[in-house]
Amino acid sequence: MTNTIHDTTRNISRRKFIVGSAAVAGGGLALGFDVPLVAAQAQSEGNEVGIWVVVRPNNDCVIRIARSEMGQGTLTGLAQLVAEELECDWQRVSTEGLTPGRNLARKRAWGDMSTGGSRGIRGSEEYVRRGGAVARIMLLQAAANEWKVPVEELTVSNGTIRHAASKRQTTYGRVAAAASKLTPPDPKSIKLKDPMTWTIAGKPMKRLDTADKLNGSKVYSIDIKLPGMLNAAIKDTPVYGGKIKSVDDAKAAKMPGVRKVVRVGDGAVAVVADTWWQAKTALDAVVVEWDGGENAGVSSASIARHLETGLTATETNGDRREGDALAAIAGAAKKVEATYSTPFLAHACMEVNNATVRLTADKAECWTPTQSLEASLAALSAASGLPLSQCEVHRHDLGGGFGRRGGTQDYVHKAVAVAKEFPGVPVKSIWSREEDQTYDFFRPISMCKFSAGLNEKGELVGLHVRVSGQSINAWLNPVGIQGGRDMRQLQGFYAEPGDAQLGYTVPNLLVEYAMRNTHVPVGPWRGVNTNQNGYYMECFIEEVARAAGKDSLEFRRALMSKHPKHLAVLNAAAEKGDWGKPLPAGIHRGIAQFMGYGSYSAATAEVSVDSSGNVKVHRMVLALNCGHAVNPDQIAAQVEGSVAYGLSATLFGECPVENGRMTSLNFDTYQILRLAEMPKVETVIVPTNDFWGGVGEPTICVVAPAVINAIQAATGKPVRSLPLKNVKLV
Amino acid sequence: MAKLNINGRQRELAVEDETPLLWVLREQAGLTGTKYGCGVAQCGACSVHVNGELVRSCSVTVGSLKASDRIVTIEGLSRNATHAVQKAWAEVDVPQCGYCQSGQIMAAAALLRKTPRPTDKDIDDAMTNICRCGTYQRIRAAVHQAAGNGGTTGGTSGRANRKS
Repeated sequence: MTNTIHDTTRNISRRKFIVGSAAVAGGGLALGFDVPLVAAQAQSEGNEVGIWVVVRPNNDCVIRIARSEMGQGTLTGLAQLVAEELECDWQRVSTEGLTPGRNLARKRAWGDMSTGGSRGIRGSEEYVRRGGAVARIMLLQAAANEWKVPVEELTVSNGTIRHAASKRQTTYGRVAAAASKLTPPDPKSIKLKDPMTWTIAGKPMKRLDTADKLNGSKVYSIDIKLPGMLNAAIKDTPVYGGKIKSVDDAKAAKMPGVRKVVRVGDGAVAVVADTWWQAKTALDAVVVEWDGGENAGVSSASIARHLETGLTATETNGDRREGDALAAIAGAAKKVEATYSTPFLAHACMEVNNATVRLTADKAECWTPTQSLEASLAALSAASGLPLSQCEVHRHDLGGGFGRRGGTQDYVHKAVAVAKEFPGVPVKSIWSREEDQTYDFFRPISMCKFSAGLNEKGELVGLHVRVSGQSINAWLNPVGIQGGRDMRQLQGFYAEPGDAQLGYTVPNLLVEYAMRNTHVPVGPWRGVNTNQNGYYMECFIEEVARAAGKDSLEFRRALMSKHPKHLAVLNAAAEKGDWGKPLPAGIHRGIAQFMGYGSYSAATAEVSVDSSGNVKVHRMVLALNCGHAVNPDQIAAQVEGSVAYGLSATLFGECPVENGRMTSLNFDTYQILRLAEMPKVETVIVPTNDFWGGVGEPTICVVAPAVINAIQAATGKPVRSLPLKNVKLV
Repeated sequence: MAKLNINGRQRELAVEDETPLLWVLREQAGLTGTKYGCGVAQCGACSVHVNGELVRSCSVTVGSLKASDRIVTIEGLSRNATHAVQKAWAEVDVPQCGYCQSGQIMAAAALLRKTPRPTDKDIDDAMTNICRCGTYQRIRAAVHQAAGNGGTTGGTSGRANRKS
């Protein structure tokens, strides 16, 4: 059966079309253009004070934002960090989003613009804080110059500069013009504030970007309207890697508003019309015969058989070895074994993929929801054939991202192909929900086989973990695979501290990855591989603890003495989650901890299972140590969101494959958590203020295992396959 | 040609009868606050009011509407976002990406019109729109706040002393 699985690691031409010159969001970003990042060393231009701040005469402070905002709140957090060092009046802060063309023209002065891998804050905090400090120093110097006093004698608070000796005061707004003409200090020479003294950063400020989300006035890229704009609906090959065999557009071409039926590459067809609804209606009338090619027979069952070969094979594509796990397990007093599995999952961003493109002889422009404006710029350049300097991507906040729209710029490539048919005319391509869901880059499917050995005292003496499944790097970022080793799929099992370290010390440990690729596109999905690995590891540890006859929390604690940060977060979740305290009849508790994106997470869940097997999650307590907590309220919002996203996956999420194609294409079958199913979520932030961790992704990995472990407490049985809707509990 | 009463204005729009109200609002009437999410009345991002009733506009054709039917979209819910639901949404800082929130706000406004003091069960039953960012907990709190019930769903460490 393995020979029916199309190995995408060798499918270079297809991949090139999909990702263009951009790499994956969750890893390093290779843009295909090589302009070094010089960040805050650049000179000011115009009315800037430094490069991150513009101060208006009325004292309004405009803080520039390079990263994408897709709901995760980075925009507000970054502004807080700049404002903290700037010492401006927070009530007068607004933001200005940068574009990649502008960044490129300034030799990437504003650094990396991508938002992925929970790097928005932690990847830019240092240079944006220095940027705020640069502006403060320049503004103070301008006042000192005007008053002819030493700058050291000045103080500043809330954007008001004072000279105590002469009882003079002025404002940032009044000295901004003079300040913008000064030479910025070397950012490296600046001593940043001690975070313990912060007054703007670290506080639960309200978001800066809420007002236009309440009255319908916010313009997402799907809402853009340009003079003379046409609209396109697109239908792609339902079997990945397939082709169009024939197209009959005779009927569609005569339908109202239709301008043209367009072939996009060899696998997609689009209808361009006056309105999108006309385009979509006509597209439904286009008769396409598809050639599914060699993958037309692939199904969930054949993929499962393919993955199962990886569980028993002996070769590895990346491993971690300490001691001799196999011997320790073989000689153990008690053995525990289990195999777990998780399905493909779609992102299902509420704003479907779309891109508006206008191509002229010397300019390419694009309006699109993107987690990486620079990757979109690179894709626009590659697809249009125009140099980067003649391309621009207009910035719009995204209606959700979750990893779908970082390195994977397939929709920009296709929208450019459509727009090429109408030179000079803007064409907006919108993917229907069904098409968006068909052509996702799914969370990779995987399985995990465990063996554990316990000694007579019930202590874990050996653990063997074998993950088999699809590789994100193989599809999107082959350079991430070195010498056949692809450690990314073992995220969360790492020995190295700081990123996604396993929080347990096991004397004999073997963790292995067996790469089993399919023809289905895969990519980063909020939390990426910590989702599957966190569920596998934390539910299996639960099984082992039960086999050892020990309390779930105490069994974990005994393995964590060398990982104090993991342990502290687990303890926080246990304490706030009332671990060990009595529960109402019928409610059961589970616990889990895991690490990803440089932050430590743990959770407890309170769950009931009724006599028909229906699950209700009542309450979850999540503890997070993300180092510095820039905005506690927005961190809580991200934690709450991770519960909703993670619970959707746990309870309902799956994208089955039949005849080579996805079968779950809209929310009637791809069920999403709704308000009635949302548990009460309590967020416990336990920052140790000695590192910078991520926020958007870390906590999702403990959602599934905490809930599943609570179900095991309720039923006495483990759940080794997700989603729960397919599992008969009673 | 469709004759529609949208946000108190009578509009004549050149469009085929079979076109869903959603797309007429977005493409002909220029009101893009109402969002496309699924097209099959599952997600509720396209929620509007027709004669005061909550309607998923992706699944209503303009041909089925009369010129006298009063259509209200997010843009027409209030002047300057002063509806109690909009104010509560701002106070509780509900939105993340914001894409679904027009529909959530329209659903909440329709709920409170019929049930001014909803219980959690009423909110569960009425608020069935999908939010992928997962703002449900804050939606619940904001509906209670808009109803004057006070916040009944709290528990996040940052929310008790929110600034600014």
